[in-house]
Amino acid sequence: MGFFAVYMLVSFAGLGVALFFILRKTFPDVDPMLKVSEYMLYWVLIELFFRYFMQKLPVMDIRPLLLYPIKKSSITHYILAKSGLSGYNFLSLFMAVPFSIVLMAEGYPVLNVLAWLFAIIGMVLTINFTNFLINKSDRVLLILGSLILGFYTLEYFNVIPVTQYAGKIFYILYQNPALAFIPLILALSTYFANYKYLKNRLYLDASLKKKAKEAITSDLSWTERFGDIAPFLRLDLKLIWRNKRTKMQVFISLAMILYGLIFYSMDTYGETSTIYLFVGIFMTGIFLSNFGQFIPAWDSEYYGMMMSQNIPLRKYLESKAALISVSIVVMFLLSIPYVYFGWKALAINFSCALYNLGVNVPVILFFGSFNKKRIDLTKSAIGNMQGTSATQFLVLLPLMVVPSLLYFGLKTFISFEAAIGVLSILGITGFALRKTALDKVAEVYRKRKYGMIAGFKEQNS
Amino acid sequence: MITIQNLTKKYGNQLVLSLEQLDIPKGQSFGLVGNNGAGKTTLFSLMLDLIQPTTGYIINNGVQVNTSEDWKPFTSSFIDESFLIGYLTPEEYFYFIGELRNQNKADVNALLSDFKDFFHGEILGQKKYLRDLSKGNQKKAGIVGSFIGNPEVIILDEPFANLDPTTQIRLKAIIKDLAAKQGVTVLVSSHDLMHVTEVCERIVVLNKGKIVKDIKTSAETLRELENFFSRSPVSIEQE
Repeated sequence: MGFFAVYMLVSFAGLGVALFFILRKTFPDVDPMLKVSEYMLYWVLIELFFRYFMQKLPVMDIRPLLLYPIKKSSITHYILAKSGLSGYNFLSLFMAVPFSIVLMAEGYPVLNVLAWLFAIIGMVLTINFTNFLINKSDRVLLILGSLILGFYTLEYFNVIPVTQYAGKIFYILYQNPALAFIPLILALSTYFANYKYLKNRLYLDASLKKKAKEAITSDLSWTERFGDIAPFLRLDLKLIWRNKRTKMQVFISLAMILYGLIFYSMDTYGETSTIYLFVGIFMTGIFLSNFGQFIPAWDSEYYGMMMSQNIPLRKYLESKAALISVSIVVMFLLSIPYVYFGWKALAINFSCALYNLGVNVPVILFFGSFNKKRIDLTKSAIGNMQGTSATQFLVLLPLMVVPSLLYFGLKTFISFEAAIGVLSILGITGFALRKTALDKVAEVYRKRKYGMIAGFKEQNS
Repeated sequence: MITIQNLTKKYGNQLVLSLEQLDIPKGQSFGLVGNNGAGKTTLFSLMLDLIQPTTGYIINNGVQVNTSEDWKPFTSSFIDESFLIGYLTPEEYFYFIGELRNQNKADVNALLSDFKDFFHGEILGQKKYLRDLSKGNQKKAGIVGSFIGNPEVIILDEPFANLDPTTQIRLKAIIKDLAAKQGVTVLVSSHDLMHVTEVCERIVVLNKGKIVKDIKTSAETLRELENFFSRSPVSIEQE
């Protein structure tokens, strides 16, 4: 996640820089600023939609403050003001700020651009505080969803040109710097609406109540066919499905299947560029790296118990390996449509999947034995760097760089076929030697056991 | 059942545990008392091979704990909440422990039915994850989890803390029964002198990592312990 979060922020900033030029190139006779304004309505609605799922006011953090001589009004101001600094608010700014800088460099009036940026900040804060007000009922989600779909349908069938109308309204914000105060006023009023709501509800049985989700148990008896790793497999599936951060990894992984489109849709690389191999390793191995890099820290909360129980470490690791292998196969199957870009794309992805299966699975499990940082599963999933250390960055080297270099070398000096052939053979060999490799890895885990137990015990590391 | 020889544990220069010799026979209910930092949890962690001894060793039923893992099938424990898996329901947790200890669902259910009273209707069938239970109820689940799979040695750190009075009384009866009738060696630590004297046949007092008293429980034991702990820390050390 750590690597991924940084990557996302950089991509956002990059898009912010490029946006102006992309728009100017695609719509030569429209002011890029107007085009951006046209889509701002969707931005607001979609951001509200996503925040509904992801962002909650961290009211639990203020429970300890109730016992100290601090006025309830100060506590309320504190938590609301703090939410203004949450990472969600900076996400849009990572795009808006570079975009504004480009605008100014391109000769747009400085005052207008800065006022527009100021208005964006006001809007981000309004979204922030509106979310806390509305995310109390599921109905809001339905309304938001139908608004987005409704607007899009009206637009699509040429009933009402929604974006044009919305564009005009948002464009006025840019034309009249004085109007930048409107979003600010909106932000302040939503802030005070929150304040009034929350201040009278600062009680343990009101807004500070822990919401216990009802446990939903599902029948996982189909895992029995996997033999004696079944209990661990069931535990892992529950681990993934019942904790936000792990669940998030699954969704991210599935979404990342689209990653390749960025590169395949550009013709600048040629059919067999090394970048495609990197993309192939990345796509088929995204769950491998996102989930695998934190093995066994996912189990850190109860690692002491696992180690005092009658647990064969080997079976424990085998279950993780099986889970990751399944993810690789699934990701490969999902990547089959890339054959549209030529059979070589399919061949590359296939050899990448084999390489991931045979070589990278044991490699990531081995590197897991260096993990000593605790992961608190109950913590939120977004921008959560917990458990991240140098290991997570080091592991990328053998995981992605080594196969890319191998491929590059073989392709340049021999041929494309030889390159993917060697990678596939390496993968198959690794898969055949899987048993021995896992035995060795289990041995390393056993040796490092005491350090892991001690490390995982340390909170807030 | 358990033999400890020249066991020491040092962190840097600080000696946190130093036991020359300790024998715990099979079927004994063994109590460990001492103030904070006396080394109770350290000793239990050593017995479970969660930390490494600096010198010496522990032998559990003929198996040296820090060199072989063969003690695991007949030893079980509940030290703290980190022995629970928060995202499981109590039932799932019990079945998981059962699977690790070669007990099928029916075996586990049979065992659980004996603890209906102990659970007081707050553990099973609640549709709640362990992480959402109260501290006391988490403890109940953890303690019962340690009874699964007919262990011969059970290690419980502070089992009475956070339990309500009714459950404390029930737990005392359960522990006594395990040791007396089923021949299970039960090791219990506690800050509550009354509970340990009621439950344990033998009580060892630890202070700053050393054994300062080793008492066979009798009618006078509670008074003896109370006298001991009400003295100033300095005089305890000189003992």
